[in-house]
Amino acid sequence: MAEKPRFRWHIVVFLAPAVLVYTAVMIYPLFNTLRLSLFTEVDQSRVYVGLQNFRTLFGDAVWSTQFWNALGNNFWFFIIHMLVQNPIGIALAAILSHPKLRFAAFYRSAIFIPTILSFVIVGFAWKLILSPIWGIAPGMLDAVGLKSLYAPWLGKEEYALTTLSLVSVWQFVGIPMMLIYAALLSIPDEILEAAEVEGITGLSAFWKIKLPLILPSIGIISILTFVANFNAFDLIYAAQGALAGPDFSTDILGTFMYRTFFGFQLQLGDPHMGSTIASAMFAIILVGVCLYLFGIQSRMRRYQF
Amino acid sequence: MNAARQNRFNTFAAHGALILYTLIALFPVFIIVINSFKDRRSIFREPLALPNAESFSMIGYETVLKQGDFFLYFQNSMIVTVGSLFFILLFGAMAAFALAEYRFKGNTLMGLYLALGIMIPIRIGTVAILEMMVQTGLVNTLWALILVYTAQGSPLAVFILSEFMRQVSDDLKNAGRIDGLSEYRIFFRLVLPLVRPAMATVAVFNMIPIWNDLWFPLILAPAEEVKTLTLGSQVFIGQFVTDWNAVLSALSLAILPVLALYVIFSRQLIRGITSGAVK
Repeated sequence: MAEKPRFRWHIVVFLAPAVLVYTAVMIYPLFNTLRLSLFTEVDQSRVYVGLQNFRTLFGDAVWSTQFWNALGNNFWFFIIHMLVQNPIGIALAAILSHPKLRFAAFYRSAIFIPTILSFVIVGFAWKLILSPIWGIAPGMLDAVGLKSLYAPWLGKEEYALTTLSLVSVWQFVGIPMMLIYAALLSIPDEILEAAEVEGITGLSAFWKIKLPLILPSIGIISILTFVANFNAFDLIYAAQGALAGPDFSTDILGTFMYRTFFGFQLQLGDPHMGSTIASAMFAIILVGVCLYLFGIQSRMRRYQF
Repeated sequence: MNAARQNRFNTFAAHGALILYTLIALFPVFIIVINSFKDRRSIFREPLALPNAESFSMIGYETVLKQGDFFLYFQNSMIVTVGSLFFILLFGAMAAFALAEYRFKGNTLMGLYLALGIMIPIRIGTVAILEMMVQTGLVNTLWALILVYTAQGSPLAVFILSEFMRQVSDDLKNAGRIDGLSEYRIFFRLVLPLVRPAMATVAVFNMIPIWNDLWFPLILAPAEEVKTLTLGSQVFIGQFVTDWNAVLSALSLAILPVLALYVIFSRQLIRGITSGAVK
């Protein structure tokens, strides 16, 4: 065994393809985008300008109004998901996880169907259903005597963003439902039986026993929701177009970045300002993920069964 | 009140809530599909009615199939999805094997480096990705999309697959080594077949987001001959906004393939999620 250990080439061969593609197509462009945000174009050549683009984004009145508008809308989008999507998902999972419930597999599969549809389908389908021209929504409200509540929600500035958030909630409720369902199934029966002996059943068993045990999963869902929401684009683009109408009331960071990068109508596309917005998005997502990892996850007690 | 009656009431309430939500989930899809089979007048007059002999019409589908090149779009989506899944699974499994099987310097670091990509969305790098694809001439090719989706899907694939590969018995691999099998053969002949269920889970997780993505086809491959079905239907519907028959039929045509995939793979998908593959 005096022979020196040979270099194990096979490890390199196994790792190389994934690491190369990942580095070249994901990590390198990510940092390159951050770098590009420090440049601008003057006379068709790239000039280093330091933090000038960020100063424009936050300091220039036209840019900063758009940015804060998009960021504010994005927070509202996220809040609706946290307040509506995740509680509904948890409630559905709690009902589904009842051991003696019949047809559970059917309900589970059916409720998950919207999640597999593309944003294009979801955006247009809801646009048609809510449209005053087709009249499905007003007709149905009329049938229950609430016709006066109807408004062309997607066309009104004050309702459009909330309506789209709820459409997105409709689409993605399946994900928290499935993840919480999985977490609830993994709670051992002995714990629930012990609680039952103590007289804790039904709803109080859910609040006192199950909910504390699935808190880590709720944390994961929250951070997944956060990353997905601050990276959203498709639904708004499919339903309202790149201008995120009416009057930018549904503009979020994804559509703002797309418009800036590619240009629209009279404004020319600007890759450097696009990178600047992307960098801001990166910072926001990074802050959120770090808050979760160091602030929430590390403090949460994990129960080992 | 006795417990039995209380129980029956609870069951009733549970089914009521679930049926209500199932209706909410399926109603829009149902409305779109039934109306795509009606003529224009009935779409507006009785949107909630099923198509009958009088209102039945395929005019929307005829327009769609005449105007849009949906077979080409479908084919492009198929190539992109299958191609990306192939590379995600192959490259992901190889890297996962290296990380799970061998001890070497930088193993943990490499694992962390790859795990970064699970949380950070690849879209942030879009500006530089487009620039790179333009420079390499890959823009408006399906390869651009396949590369991006492979990069995007690999981190989670490595993470999930390496968990599973740690469970493959060492005795089996060592027996192979004694028989003189090379490390490559051990991987392809012994280990890969054993983690097939995990590979299926990874495939199902990646399939739907890739098929449904609008952002990268829009930016990297908007040309007519490389349009995916998602982008193709988006553009088509945008052009035919006033032709309700055509729009409803195009939506139904876009729903059907995903629905078919879901029916085929839903057990795998649900088992994958509930077995804790994404914890």
